Amino acid sequence: MTKNIMIVGVGGQGSLLASKLLGNLLADEGYEVKVSEVHGMSQRGGSVVTYVRYGDKVYSPIIDKGEADFIISFEKIEAARYAEFLKKGGKIIVNTQEIEPMPVITGAAEYPSDALDKLAAAGIEVDALDALTPASEAGSPKAVNIVLMGRLSKYMDISEEKWLGAIRKSVNPKFVEMNERAFALGRK
Amino acid sequence: MKKMMLGNEAVARGFYEAGCKVVSSYPGTPSTEITEYAAKYDEVYCEWAPNEKVGLEVAFGASLGGARAAACMKHVGLNVAADPLFTMSYTGVNGGLVVCVADDPGMHSSQNEQDSRHYAAAAKLPMLEPSDSREAKEFAKVAFELSEKFDTPVIFRTCTRIAHSQCAVELEAPIEVALKPYEKQPQKYIMAPANAIRRHPVVEARTAALTEYAEDCPLNRVEYAERGALGIITSGTCYQYVKEVFGDSVSVLKLGLVNPLPKKLILDFAAKVDRLVVVEELDPFIENHCRCLGLNPDGKNIFPICGEFSQALIAKTLLAPSADFIPADPVPVRPPVMCAGCPHRGLFYVLSKKKVTVIGDIGCYTLGSAAPLTAIDSVLCMGASVSGVHGFNKASGGASENKTVAVIGDSTFMHSGMTGLANIAYNGTNSTVIIVDNSITGMTGHQQNPTTGYNIKGDPATKIDLEALCHALGINRVRVVDPYDLAATEAAITEELAADEPSVIISRRPCALLKYVKAKPAFTVDSEKCKSCKMCMKIGCPAISMKDGKAKIDATLCVGCGVCQQMCKFDSILGGEE
Repeated sequence: MTKNIMIVGVGGQGSLLASKLLGNLLADEGYEVKVSEVHGMSQRGGSVVTYVRYGDKVYSPIIDKGEADFIISFEKIEAARYAEFLKKGGKIIVNTQEIEPMPVITGAAEYPSDALDKLAAAGIEVDALDALTPASEAGSPKAVNIVLMGRLSKYMDISEEKWLGAIRKSVNPKFVEMNERAFALGRK
Repeated sequence: MKKMMLGNEAVARGFYEAGCKVVSSYPGTPSTEITEYAAKYDEVYCEWAPNEKVGLEVAFGASLGGARAAACMKHVGLNVAADPLFTMSYTGVNGGLVVCVADDPGMHSSQNEQDSRHYAAAAKLPMLEPSDSREAKEFAKVAFELSEKFDTPVIFRTCTRIAHSQCAVELEAPIEVALKPYEKQPQKYIMAPANAIRRHPVVEARTAALTEYAEDCPLNRVEYAERGALGIITSGTCYQYVKEVFGDSVSVLKLGLVNPLPKKLILDFAAKVDRLVVVEELDPFIENHCRCLGLNPDGKNIFPICGEFSQALIAKTLLAPSADFIPADPVPVRPPVMCAGCPHRGLFYVLSKKKVTVIGDIGCYTLGSAAPLTAIDSVLCMGASVSGVHGFNKASGGASENKTVAVIGDSTFMHSGMTGLANIAYNGTNSTVIIVDNSITGMTGHQQNPTTGYNIKGDPATKIDLEALCHALGINRVRVVDPYDLAATEAAITEELAADEPSVIISRRPCALLKYVKAKPAFTVDSEKCKSCKMCMKIGCPAISMKDGKAKIDATLCVGCGVCQQMCKFDSILGGEE
């Protein structure tokens, strides 16, 4: 049975690294894995999506509405933007950090701070955490991606040691310890 | 050994394993990483050419010289390289020659959604299309073999979902390919009319031979289901969507060679199924071929021409189930924005404030069109700003010269802005051209170009002097301004618009994301002094927002450029002291 994980966020938050890490980890576990990213213009502070699919046999690299087992959102309203991609019974892991999109900054729209409440009210299982604080605690606000991987790891049947091995392989050697701390704080 | 690889990385690996020796490309999403990955192999010489035409001609020259060679580009880059493409179909090759083109259905990062398969048909060249990273590597190797076997350049087509998706790829050892001897063959390589007339029938014979090859080549394969009621002809990423939906329950004709298309293979397949459907993104290319064969498949009568496909789209169209998801309330859109500290911001603020008509161009600075700056009037293609402003000013008989500018990036100017500037000087308008020189090719992810002083490997290279170049192209008035300095930028624009001869303003400041550009301490807002006038919001910086009625600067985003400080009339923005 193919499992689908979506990673969504704001360009520059490090979602590509998270999807690469996850893809390598799952491939090492023996699954067939496909990962799909979008580069280019949307990376400049726009809404970004990457897809990770794994199972015995995987064809398509992308995930469509109603198909995701997990949505890992690096920002609050990005969770709501992609909530329709969640499978019924799926779970959203979301960083509660608010990053205002340009229409909010210019005053053309209002930031819907209650977005997660609405998702929960619709019956969606939401695991919300402030990932920015533990990331900063670990040593860098940029480690939000690894904090969230730590949280995801709680729901997946893969040993902590293997996760840490994948982190060591994916991040800059200079920042391994910092990212290990970030992972531990997310997994707590 | 297997490795998770992006499609682009796999193409580069295929080049390496095939013994490719020269790759010359111009960056363009989603093709850029092919050449970046290829450059990591010391055995493959790689370079960033000033544009795709140059890149393809370099690759042709390398092929003529006997090496396996490639040029990579995005779909619109093939428009630029179309001139050599069509005629190298006539000359054929010496060493294998591969033209890699990446389409962008859905326009994730492109100005149009053109279907490159038409180029293969029009230029009468074989085109391969892989369906994932594994095939991308395999097909890249096959492409070189076919090129040499059939004496033809081979087009290798990918799309965003191939280029930027990963799957496991088996790594193999590279083969040794000796340099083929170069022999002078004027009738083959000099495409003057007398020779070209003789080459055209060779091209037609080659297409016939390739069509024969297409009938039973391993690139095209039939996967018959046990009960073959539904038969689907497809290729590329659409094959994966079809398999995701149907698995082995329908018959599939998967085409890896999408030009020329087989005849008998398709007719035989059609005869064995009750209902024939063509699943292809963009134009009805395979479908039209089927119609020429007298078939009447379902295709664009049920599938869209515009946009990307997905497994859900195919399931919805062919199986009619409704997707089962929980509807969510819409949230504000999050368009891409200029980064905090982007050197283009100050320039576009001034242009917007002065209500100047801006003929724009392709690059990060296209984002100057977005709110709140909304400073750009038109964006067409690479280089069109410089040529376009001249035409705009000719149309008005010169009346628009004092309120219209072209804005073009450093890399885009080297790509195709220079000829437009020569035209301004030669054919005489008092046009003002602004070169936004951020010392890198930004939008595609920081590639070097002839003005940066470094090559693709990061080694020092000859740095083209933009000021001297503009002078040499016939422009006397050339001045440099720092776009972080709003007053100086405004003065430069005012003066050059008023000048009674053509002029170039080089708005120079390196991209804030470059590693060697060190961020300065973040600025802060003294909320006592802030009068909530929102002037600082007019520059559209993602680091500035209003919190509880006062401006606030996000310290994690701010790089201390100081542009907002110049906007504030109440000295409430603090920072910048050395």
